[in-house]
Amino acid sequence: MPNILAVAETRGGALRKVALEAVTAARALADGSGGGEVHALVFGPPGTAAKVEPLAQHGADKVLVCEHAAYDKADAESMAATIAARAAGFTVVMLSASAQGRDLAPRVSAKLNAPLLSDCLTVRLADSAVTATHPTYTGKVIATLKAGPAPVVVSVRPSAVTPAANAKALSAEAIAPAADPAASRVKVTEVVASGGAKLDLGEAPVIISGGRGLKEAANFKLVEDLAAAFGNAAVGATRAVTDDGWRPHSDQIGQTGRLVSPDLYVAVGISGAIQHLAGMRTSKTIVAINKDAEAPIFKVADYGIVGDALEIVPALTAAVRAAKQAH
Amino acid sequence: MKIAVCIKRVPDMESRFKIAANGVSIDETGLKFDISDFDAYAVEVALQINEKAGSGETTVICLGPDVVQETIRKALSMGADKGVQLKADSVPADSLAIAKALAAELKDGGYELILFGKHSLDAMTGGAGTMVAELLGLPCLTAASKLEISGSKAVARRELEGAAEMLEFPLPAVVTIDEGIARPRYPSLKGIMAAKKKPLEVKGAQLGEVRVIVEKMELPAERPPGRIIGTGPDAVPELVRLLQTEAKVL
Ligand SMILES: Cc1cc2nc3c(=O)[nH]c(=O)nc-3n(C[C@H](O)[C@H](O)[C@H](O)COP(=O)(O)OP(=O)(O)OC[C@H]3O[C@@H](n4cnc5c(N)ncnc54)[C@H](O)[C@@H]3O)c2cc1C
Ligand SMILES: Nc1ncnc2c1ncn2[C@@H]1O[C@H](COP(=O)(O)O)[C@@H](O)[C@H]1O
Repeated sequence: MPNILAVAETRGGALRKVALEAVTAARALADGSGGGEVHALVFGPPGTAAKVEPLAQHGADKVLVCEHAAYDKADAESMAATIAARAAGFTVVMLSASAQGRDLAPRVSAKLNAPLLSDCLTVRLADSAVTATHPTYTGKVIATLKAGPAPVVVSVRPSAVTPAANAKALSAEAIAPAADPAASRVKVTEVVASGGAKLDLGEAPVIISGGRGLKEAANFKLVEDLAAAFGNAAVGATRAVTDDGWRPHSDQIGQTGRLVSPDLYVAVGISGAIQHLAGMRTSKTIVAINKDAEAPIFKVADYGIVGDALEIVPALTAAVRAAKQAH
Repeated sequence: MKIAVCIKRVPDMESRFKIAANGVSIDETGLKFDISDFDAYAVEVALQINEKAGSGETTVICLGPDVVQETIRKALSMGADKGVQLKADSVPADSLAIAKALAAELKDGGYELILFGKHSLDAMTGGAGTMVAELLGLPCLTAASKLEISGSKAVARRELEGAAEMLEFPLPAVVTIDEGIARPRYPSLKGIMAAKKKPLEVKGAQLGEVRVIVEKMELPAERPPGRIIGTGPDAVPELVRLLQTEAKVL
């Protein structure tokens, strides 16, 4: 029976949603192939052990907690060494394809001399080989890849898996890093919060995104107000807008920016260039607001409104607020 | 500084792709190819570092069949000094196999900085650079959106979800390049002429065992055609109704 080691990501000592996604994906993989064990491995500063209960609730039979004062920030070298040192006996090492997971997964793959399947949408296990679907060619082609023999390192695309409850009794074990973080050559000197307390693009169920059609940076206030009316929304942008410095580069969605697939994507004053679509076309529902009825964004939008965003967005904000209050 | 940049040849992503008859690759007929975006940024970063220093040498390395020589020449026409083709019949889907072949070439090159793209636009694995660092025992910084070199030390910025990290590391090192760091230059006519005379060495690629294979390639399901539900603020109530009753997201 295949056992899976899932790396559960934290930031600042708190579990991230992608941690639950990785454990959920690992549980499904184990149960789908005869029911092996899922062990979750979590790194964090002292005090992290008190916060790992959700990993058991999402299906981890055992939680390995690696606490170290250095882990209030990420330390890729010692974390990768620890994951590799703990990988013996596991068929799959499962990570999230988050910024941190994308950094760790190839390190672990090289250390274990195990093939890597990166940024997967779906994962299956059969006969000690892993089969996964993965977007290629900027998302315009979906590849089904097969890697094996085990062990295989897999990362799952954020939001591709919905965290699912599958409660196990919490069984936690404290472990030490396999390499001293003090010896790492690459040091994180600072973590700069770019979004404050706002929801991250990768985690928000709703994204309101603005383009050059908003005319000037100050008008992003309208987009932020709409996001606030939804309450569970993050704000994204096109490259035209991040290039002009209206929004930080980290807000950019598209081929060279973030890849997102929220439940609802509202594109405001966005033409729908192919490079932008590459980052958001897998969203479940897409709404477009654009004054040009011929704009390509309308080809992918489930619902479109033609007209001036500066008039439509405030009206939509008021209507969403009213709808939320009626609930 | 001696810098190596690993570049990949990929089709123009604005193309309309078709799956080949074999079902495991795209149909390359009629497609235009170029340096993968992030790799072109990496070439630009290397050129700027050496221009600023007033000395140095930039080598570009590309693994693939003979057609990749065109991609190498493109980087040479931007200003890189030397090219190496690691010759292989095709480029496998296994990043670790590619990384092993690249690492074998890079190992004794005496490079102080080895640059990669954060991922290739076709395979989109984001693996090869980081794996090369591991295989060579070098420090590795992935997805740098800023990079400053001073002497044998470097500082970089890396975007996370909703935050960013500032990092410090010693050279020699491997860095994979994110967007936003530099705009790749267009080759000048002079550059294109000069590139024809620059050295391009061809060697066999030591790929080893390939353990990731493509079972199938397909085009994603087309989104059902969208509909325009109205014009101006008057259409808002209908949109809200559809979001509540049909899409159920409100
Ligand atoms: C290699 C490469 C990589 C790229 N990567 C990315 C990427 O990752 N992400 C990305 O987004 N782009 C990327 N781009 C850029 C992309 O090609 C487009 O230029 C960009 O997405 C356009 O942004 P936009 O829609 O905001 O602006 P525009 O294309 O200028 O569109 C503005 C839209 O607003 C509409 N409009 C104007 N006024 C109003 C109004 N009052 N009310 C409503 N609508 C209005 C217009 O009709 C138009 O459709 C990339 C390009 C290249 C070459
Ligand atoms: N065939 C290749 N030849 C040279 N470099 C490559 C090749 N494939 C990938 N790379 C490098 O590795 C990076 C990551 O590629 P990938 O792992 O395919 O996402 C690319 O951005 C390139 O810098």
